[in-house]
Amino acid sequence: MALTGVEIFKLLPKTNCKKCGQPTCLAFAMKLAQRQVSLDQCPDVSEESKQKLGEASAPPIRPVTLGAGTRAVKMGEETVLFRHEKKFVNPCAFAVKIEDTLSEADAAKKIDEVLASEIDRVGQKLRVDAMFLSNDSGDAAKLEALAKLAAQKAPDVPVIISTVNPDAAGAALGHFSGKNAVLYGANAGNLPAMAEKAKAAKAALGIAAKNLDELSDLTEKAKGLGIEDMVIDSGARKAGEILRDNTYIRRAALKKGIKQVGYPVINFAERGDEMLESLVAGLAVKKYGSIVVLGAVRKWKDLVLFSLRQNIYTDPQVPMQVQQKVYKIGEPGPKSPFLITTNFSLTYFIVSGEIENCKVPCRLAVMDSEGLSVLTAWAAGKFTASRISQFITESGIGEELEQKELIIPGYVAILSGAIEDKLPGWKITVGPREANGLPAFLKARA
Amino acid sequence: MPFTPPKESYNGKIFELALGSGEKALAIGGENVLSFHGFEGSTPRKPVIAMEVQDIAPADWPQTVQDVYKDVSGDPVAWALHCQDKLGAEAIALRLTGTHPDKGDISAEQAAATVKKVLEAIKVPLIILGSNHAEKDTAVLVKAAEAAKGSNCVIGKAQEANYKTIAAAAMANDLKLIAMSELDINLSKQLNILITQMGFDREKLITDPMCSALSYGLEYTYSVMERIKLAALAQNDPVLQPPMLADAGMYVWKVKETQAPEAGLPEWGSLAERGIAWEAVTASSFLVSGADMLIMRHPAAVEAVKKFIAEMEV
Repeated sequence: MALTGVEIFKLLPKTNCKKCGQPTCLAFAMKLAQRQVSLDQCPDVSEESKQKLGEASAPPIRPVTLGAGTRAVKMGEETVLFRHEKKFVNPCAFAVKIEDTLSEADAAKKIDEVLASEIDRVGQKLRVDAMFLSNDSGDAAKLEALAKLAAQKAPDVPVIISTVNPDAAGAALGHFSGKNAVLYGANAGNLPAMAEKAKAAKAALGIAAKNLDELSDLTEKAKGLGIEDMVIDSGARKAGEILRDNTYIRRAALKKGIKQVGYPVINFAERGDEMLESLVAGLAVKKYGSIVVLGAVRKWKDLVLFSLRQNIYTDPQVPMQVQQKVYKIGEPGPKSPFLITTNFSLTYFIVSGEIENCKVPCRLAVMDSEGLSVLTAWAAGKFTASRISQFITESGIGEELEQKELIIPGYVAILSGAIEDKLPGWKITVGPREANGLPAFLKARA
Repeated sequence: MPFTPPKESYNGKIFELALGSGEKALAIGGENVLSFHGFEGSTPRKPVIAMEVQDIAPADWPQTVQDVYKDVSGDPVAWALHCQDKLGAEAIALRLTGTHPDKGDISAEQAAATVKKVLEAIKVPLIILGSNHAEKDTAVLVKAAEAAKGSNCVIGKAQEANYKTIAAAAMANDLKLIAMSELDINLSKQLNILITQMGFDREKLITDPMCSALSYGLEYTYSVMERIKLAALAQNDPVLQPPMLADAGMYVWKVKETQAPEAGLPEWGSLAERGIAWEAVTASSFLVSGADMLIMRHPAAVEAVKKFIAEMEV
């Protein structure tokens, strides 16, 4: 359980030496309790205190890295149950299951699909993050052949090896040394041998338990065997079980400080029905999964799940912003209408959505207003005549238009005279107040 | 080492709301825990999916959804019966789109006649929705409410600009009322208070905190819903205890991802599945964040969400 500032203070030297950069030991203790500073910054803390504090100051959900290099995925370190409290920290990894019962050609095709899955989405590069190599055959040689193929074709893609056979695990892991693979499949029957293989390959150990009791027992035992990095599976498979167990695990780790379940969670969403699979995977994205295993790569499914992950993991305290520029909607010509709005993402989505929907090609200038909506930005002095005219002039958009006409949101009708003064040669037209008035407004002009 | 599940219990409870009448009548809400948290409390009612039907042909829906209803969508009664009988809809949401001044400006009387015909034809509960034109909706929904008197159906949406007339009409005709405000827990609370101050029974309200689509503000609706549900349960705030609605379909089938053909954007994959998944993932996300009722459009998306709900039962 996390210590309070006062409890931490009792373990510090109490010299108020300021070497840590804080004015007093108490101030340092308070910051430590909130995880804003690290214990290393105190040079005089005793070994005994360090051990006690180290235990207590470790993050409640252990950070574990899957893979190495540019494609490495950080997991764990979450601090809250609900995203409105604070940003969810490390977006979950999507892993695609590749069975060793597949023919080499089929396995190669799946690996290629993982490699080709990258898309650019609102400025972020998103992709299927990992391969889950599954020893469905039960044959060690088949798993190793698949591991070899994956290591050759996709050497940078993080890997999870799934088997209950320690010998098969050892051989397959041999192809991923130094790659922070996960060895999944440690259970009550094979734990010591699996732990050995994971340690030898410096892989994290994936615990495959039947239920939460067995899970906390197995992680405790694995820790006793010297395993630090783990990924945990409570055995939940049905959607309702995933919600229940993931909720219990997250609460126990964060609110009760139960270290036995303070690890990233792996969930299994693969279903024969891929539409249902998308929804179960979506549940794991929202409710605390760190690795979500899928049955197959599909471009439509990727787009849906990447988008959902992006939505859930945005920072609720920072208004989402759209890049300042003139966006083309449809294929606008020199006579097409030209409108302006602010760069709050919701404003942009709603305005561009309405324009797209009414199928009148337009240019839409989105001006940086620090993520504020039109009225708020106007009130805050971020959406003013001089800023608008400067943006329009610098964009050079006037060159593309037959007639220099700018349509402004109805809520800032008051600005039209001032903008006209600052933009000589331009006609300023007042548009509707709400985006839902745009279709009628634009169609009436067409 | 045994693991002690850290269960949560709350003082508050969501109101249970009965909809419709007869053998197909339904109820929503009643839970005293977060959505699908039956493992630590009571969730007596399953979430309900209402299928959307419109008074006019849905010319502004993407072709992929228009096609599914092409044989029935000219006639609201046939369309509603198709959803009820062929597609197994548990409820019908009749949107009076054609009353919008820009979309035909159908009169309130004519809209009320449509409501009456649909109500007479179907057995499942009906949700009557205006065209979301605040001014026109006051006229249309007053007539529609009269036409639906005694049917125990739902009418909406009452918004800040027009709640007085619509709430009064719902009250006079003994209907349930949807109160919609714009993506803010305090606005939801304020509107529910204003409506109850008129003498409207808060146990007959449905809160619509405003929906959104995946990638187009989903996280706002999602978090506002979670906050409303937590305030209702943990803080036992009765103003926020009405069940919640996510009117998902209309937001989803407007966005580019549900319309752009694969030919132009090969990296987005099959349009047919992409659109269905967009609606199903959006809708199921709001079930997880707290909605008790959904309004959806594509039958395949409805089917997927029904399977999801079934799998959520432990």
